[in-house]
Amino acid sequence: MAFEPQPDPALPAGEPDEGFPAAPGGVDAEGHNPWYLAYRRLRRNRLALASLALFGLIVVFVLAAPLWATHVAHTGPNTTHTTEKITVDGEKREVVDVEGKPIGPVWFGAGGRFFLGADGGLGRDEMVRLMYGGRTSLFIGLTSALITTILATILGLLAGYYKGWTDGIITRTLDVIWSFPVVLLGIALGTALAVGGLKIGPLELSGNSIWIPILIIAVVYTPYMARPIRGEVLAMREKEFVESAVAQGAGSLRIMFGELLPNLWSTVIVFFTLNIANNMLLEASLSFLGAGVQAPNSSWGKMVSLGAESIYTSPLLAFAPGILILLTVLSLNVFGDGLRDALDPRSKVRLTRAEAAESAAGGAI
Amino acid sequence: MARFIVRRLAGMVLVLFAVSVLVFAIFNLIPNSPPAQRLAGKNATPTLVKSIEKDWGFDEPLPVQYFETMKKIFTGELISYGDQLNVDERIVEGIPASFSLAIGAAVIWLFFGVLLGFLSATRAGGWLDRAITIGSVAGISIPVFLIATLFLYFLTYKVELFPASGYVPLLENPIQWAYHLLLPWFTLAILNIGFYSRVLRSNMLDVMREDYVRTARAKGLDERRIMIRHVLRNSLIPIITLFGLDFGATLFGGAIITEVIFSLGGVGQYAAESITNLDLPPLMAITIFGAFFVVLFNALTDVVYAYLDPRIRLGSSAQ
Repeated sequence: MAFEPQPDPALPAGEPDEGFPAAPGGVDAEGHNPWYLAYRRLRRNRLALASLALFGLIVVFVLAAPLWATHVAHTGPNTTHTTEKITVDGEKREVVDVEGKPIGPVWFGAGGRFFLGADGGLGRDEMVRLMYGGRTSLFIGLTSALITTILATILGLLAGYYKGWTDGIITRTLDVIWSFPVVLLGIALGTALAVGGLKIGPLELSGNSIWIPILIIAVVYTPYMARPIRGEVLAMREKEFVESAVAQGAGSLRIMFGELLPNLWSTVIVFFTLNIANNMLLEASLSFLGAGVQAPNSSWGKMVSLGAESIYTSPLLAFAPGILILLTVLSLNVFGDGLRDALDPRSKVRLTRAEAAESAAGGAI
Repeated sequence: MARFIVRRLAGMVLVLFAVSVLVFAIFNLIPNSPPAQRLAGKNATPTLVKSIEKDWGFDEPLPVQYFETMKKIFTGELISYGDQLNVDERIVEGIPASFSLAIGAAVIWLFFGVLLGFLSATRAGGWLDRAITIGSVAGISIPVFLIATLFLYFLTYKVELFPASGYVPLLENPIQWAYHLLLPWFTLAILNIGFYSRVLRSNMLDVMREDYVRTARAKGLDERRIMIRHVLRNSLIPIITLFGLDFGATLFGGAIITEVIFSLGGVGQYAAESITNLDLPPLMAITIFGAFFVVLFNALTDVVYAYLDPRIRLGSSAQ
């Protein structure tokens, strides 16, 4: 492509641009590509950076689960200690007392065992469960957000680029999904699939596979991202750089993925971040209600629902996983906001619509 | 206007049909187990499965099955397999609690959402704006069950300010009705207060840059009048669309978690019980009705919107 009439924001952030100081592609008036400018803006936003750091800490926390389990707590997330006694600061105490009340946080009193106490009547180590449950929550959030983002980007590109009946079919199909209260659709799918599992061609999932909630959440949130993407593509496809690509003889696929997609990157990245947050909240809600992650798997949402049963005697069992969900989602939302301001500071109107879509999504909880 | 409404209603009927087909597919086609087994749930006896097979006519062609299923749902003949009770009757019983919860919460989230959004936009950049912005992000990030359990523990147990559970019918005792619903209302409203204040703030900041606002200032109108009559009024229009969608979704089974934690006995709690028992007929009915409310309110919103903004009803598209 000798002529690139359009600034190409698809250049990787670290791309050295000294070699092409006057090239129109990827270089703006200040002589830096847009990714570098965005990075500079983001670096100045201390709140966004702090949020990213917090999210990083949470990721490290859940990744460290096996280390903590083997070297500090000496137990697994599903190991029960109902009848055991532990020595806390030289004093013998039951993990679960005769009334079925689990031990509370002992911090390092027992050398790191039962750091946050034990859970419900089963006497499992709460800290270990929290770390392993977080792995499931984050894994579901990340994977489903990735699937949502890919699906929505492809559908939005196809609908916006081809228009006509392709657009009609895609938009109408998404409208049907959009018509359900999010949690209700998630529950319907989650419960129906939990009974018999899922089988589509060679793909077979058992009823308690964590891929079932992942796929459900990914599909349920797709319309909320595909709509704004389609809108952007519709506006963009009339621009000169598309015309010039057509004039050069570029095919449809080349125009969609070579010309339009690079201009969508900033929207896609912001949405991906916010999708992780939204999807984690939906996973937590579904698991809380029993239509998400199924036993023997656990997640923070499932732990809250267990903890809520003994909310008056051991409030920490519900609050600890709940607060971890809050911190994760909050850090992603604040970072996502910062990212959006950094990548596209003038995108006020579009972002309002995007927020409107998110709001409609979240309102159903 | 009449033509717009007719066109919109026709579109609505089509979406409703598609919604019912999708729900039918979810419960009858997608999963990998015999439909009778699935409808009966995990814990059903073989005799129950046999009788369901016969009742629902699973040997019939799919369109016939679809039609029969819809007939059962809409004529109130649907029987749950968990407790063998009529599903539609249980749903109707739950409606007063669910509607009370949704309507009260909607009033609260609209009031506080608009108030905070307005304050934030008119003081953009100031400390109040910053505080409201941070509060709004926190509001949209906090899981509903965390708010609910925090309320339960601190406001009904540590300090016994409010009752922890139960629904008192409005006509029986209006004061107890509101007293029992206050915590659930706020639990449900906090998320949307956060969203609405964010959306309104950003709408207002956009409108403030419009020419007619500059004209109003140039005419020498006072600032308060400009903010309320010109900026706020025009910024509220997009909020109406949002509200239509959110309210429709909340009204019918959309507030499941809040209903469960505060034991309000509404439609949402019925849905949650059905998940625990893996009892699918109630879920099928509630999902269909829930989607119908969303579609209905979506269409209503469009009509209101078209009434407020003539450009829409005169356009060629009914979107």
